[in-house]
Amino acid sequence: MSASSWRLKLVARANPSRALVLLAPVLAVALALVFGALMILALGKSPVEAFNVYFAQPLADPFSLAEIVVKASPLVMIALGLAFCYRANLWNIGAEGQFVIGGTLGGGIAVATHGMTHATFWILPAMLVIGALGGALYALIPAVLKVTLGVSEILVSLMLVYVAQLNLDYLVRGPWRDPKGFNFPVTAGFDPSATLPPLWPGGAVHSGVAITVLLVIIMAVVLARTRFGFAVRTAGMAPRAAGFAGFDHRRLTLALFALSGGLAGLAGVVEVSGVINQLQPSISPGYGFAAIIVAFLGRLSPVGILVAGLVLALTYIGGEAAQIAMKLPLDLTTAFQGVVLMCVLAADVLTHYRLTLARRAS
Amino acid sequence: MSPPLVSLDHITRRFGALMANDDVSLAVLPGEIHALLGENGAGKSTLVKILYGLIQPDSGSISLDGKAMRFGSPQEARAAGIGMVFQHFSLFENLTVAENIALVLPAKAGLKRLDQRISAIATRYGLPLDPQRPVWSLSAGERQRVEIVRALIQEPRVLVLDEPTSVLTPQEATTLFATLKRLKAEGKALIYISHKLEEVRQLCDRASILRAGRLVATCDPKAYSAHQLGELMMGRDIGAVRPPSGDAVGAVRLRLKDLSLAAPDLHGVSLHEISLEVREGEVLGVAGIAGNGQSELFAALSGESRTLAEAIVIGGHAVGDQGINRRRALDAAFVPEERNGHAAVGAMNLADNLFLSRHALPGLLRHGFIDKSALLARTDEVIAGFDVRTAGPEAAARTLSGGNLQKFVVGRELARQPRLLVINQPTWGVDALAAAAIRQAIVELATRGAAVLVISQDLDELYEVSDRLCALAHGHLSVPRPASELDRSAIGLLMGGANQFTAGAAHVS
Repeated sequence: MSASSWRLKLVARANPSRALVLLAPVLAVALALVFGALMILALGKSPVEAFNVYFAQPLADPFSLAEIVVKASPLVMIALGLAFCYRANLWNIGAEGQFVIGGTLGGGIAVATHGMTHATFWILPAMLVIGALGGALYALIPAVLKVTLGVSEILVSLMLVYVAQLNLDYLVRGPWRDPKGFNFPVTAGFDPSATLPPLWPGGAVHSGVAITVLLVIIMAVVLARTRFGFAVRTAGMAPRAAGFAGFDHRRLTLALFALSGGLAGLAGVVEVSGVINQLQPSISPGYGFAAIIVAFLGRLSPVGILVAGLVLALTYIGGEAAQIAMKLPLDLTTAFQGVVLMCVLAADVLTHYRLTLARRAS
Repeated sequence: MSPPLVSLDHITRRFGALMANDDVSLAVLPGEIHALLGENGAGKSTLVKILYGLIQPDSGSISLDGKAMRFGSPQEARAAGIGMVFQHFSLFENLTVAENIALVLPAKAGLKRLDQRISAIATRYGLPLDPQRPVWSLSAGERQRVEIVRALIQEPRVLVLDEPTSVLTPQEATTLFATLKRLKAEGKALIYISHKLEEVRQLCDRASILRAGRLVATCDPKAYSAHQLGELMMGRDIGAVRPPSGDAVGAVRLRLKDLSLAAPDLHGVSLHEISLEVREGEVLGVAGIAGNGQSELFAALSGESRTLAEAIVIGGHAVGDQGINRRRALDAAFVPEERNGHAAVGAMNLADNLFLSRHALPGLLRHGFIDKSALLARTDEVIAGFDVRTAGPEAAARTLSGGNLQKFVVGRELARQPRLLVINQPTWGVDALAAAAIRQAIVELATRGAAVLVISQDLDELYEVSDRLCALAHGHLSVPRPASELDRSAIGLLMGGANQFTAGAAHVS
């Protein structure tokens, strides 16, 4: 008999059970919580207390609930566009940069019109349009380089994030700095004409949230019921079949980068005009990257993304609370989000593949 | 009768719910060529892989010269004297013939002496080979010789050949048969897997027929007609395809004029000045061995590859530079060779797969949205009209068997009543019953007045459906001629590239 060794092998499941497909994200989050507890233990704190501060308290407090919705809004809006890209196997990793560019350009209109008193009705719509357009054009840079020269869209879109961030940093420290701002690197506060009104008078939720909900519905219908949505689904599942269907992959690449960049840019301008109300060196706590997690956690489906966005927003709010109440570092939140993504991806693989020990004759 | 050289007794192997081999017994005598027949999925490959040590049986035994053996790996099987020539070559393109052969030998066998051994075997069995040639420069027939020499150099007593003629021209096949007969005369036991029943009747002493994992008969193939053997394989009557009428040929529907196309990648084939005409009411067959430009020709015809506008004319419109949907709008329909991932998306349901090739034609969109009820109705029509066995229009394409999915992708195009059909390998990997249905549908489409171009590696199929025939070799197309005037040896020569010299097609490369 020959000696044999053992190795791990992924074997495709013939028919992944539907229950498993739906349950996988829940299991992934549960597993991530276990890893989160271990990290908190390693920091010498009580996981029970931390989870209470992280997850239970924000959900019990109406003010925190509103905060969660406001934080979820940009995550969902960005993730909607990313999900379309990822379904077609196009890897836009630079939504953070497109978000910042959208916020910068839209905010630029607010800065330029600061103090205007007459005929200001156009300012807010123009900000939204220019923000979305800016994000779309910014995302087209990696897309055009990909379809013309075959450059990796992953690297270009990612590196352009830092360009966008430094550009904003330069503007708020230099030309756009508020002259009456005591030398702080911020622009002047936006006028009411450049500020998104609350959803209801005096409410803590801005009306950008309504745009997000509307976009979830539109994107769900587009994906399921239009030829464009069909092209996106086919391109990812079977590129050759997409060619046989006559879908032009270059045009699809450009369209999807423009779409995802546009949504990220819109999210950026909604954030500055609905939440921050001025430009400052940093306008995002990493929404563009966290949205990648949201897209996958939501199984690349618009309705799933809505749920996943709320879950991830909770980690932001909880993270801030834990920082204040328990002196837990904010990096813990980022690390935890990373753990969530890894667990979701692992759960995805294991839904479709079985892990087996195979004997290898040698 | 001498005792069997090798016997497989009561072999059973299960894969999940599938019984790949169910109590199969097979004995091969010395000096016998034993055919192993069966549909795709009947369990032939599993059985020979068990013999070669690639798969372990759940139960049953193997004996060689009456001695019970267990092969834990191909190395053990080879050491015991079992040789195997696979259908798909496993050669390193950038290595020489000798180097490829050295790979299967113990490390101490030097390359120098190897050349002599190769030459010795080559002369003994009529397998001329230059040991120093790199494999990439060899034709399919020569590559197969390398595989056979590689098996023979280990002095096997039992040799298994899996579909050895599927890549050969008729002439190359004849040469192979001479070699096999020499091996037989030396008292070796040969197991011969093939779909080509005429070939089996010519060559083999006995045939064992597998159906759905079970052995249904062991017989003398010469005592049965090919049709009867086919019925034994299928377990039911297949029915012959009604031949094309050959008359009522109408206007030119498809014209290619000097279609040239550079290979899309390193391993592709360039097309050289291909010209042909297909008239309404006729079927033109394009023969050729795989890898001679079939995929490239199909892509050029469908519009998945673009070329000069005038190179391809469909119904009077120059469309060489147009995409596939513009051509579909001219009543052209296309069925590519590969079902999974090209003609259909496995993860999508049948209705979505219908939309895949019809979305640009009127009737399936309403106000810009997919008209689900119309889509389901059209899908039901295809399922019913072409006898597709499936749970329904919302069943995922991957749940269908190969034959049923092929009937669906062919039916999807035929249900449109196209005036031009271009179809590549229409019955590749499809069971005989589905294959007959598909061929019948192709012939009937032409009878109703459509122009049909069939690209196929299967000469039997081409003779069954075609009015005229031509052959594709190294990207060159021979001049089409009536099928009745072109016998198998003539088309075989054309498949080997003979036309490049006789037709005097000067080409610089």
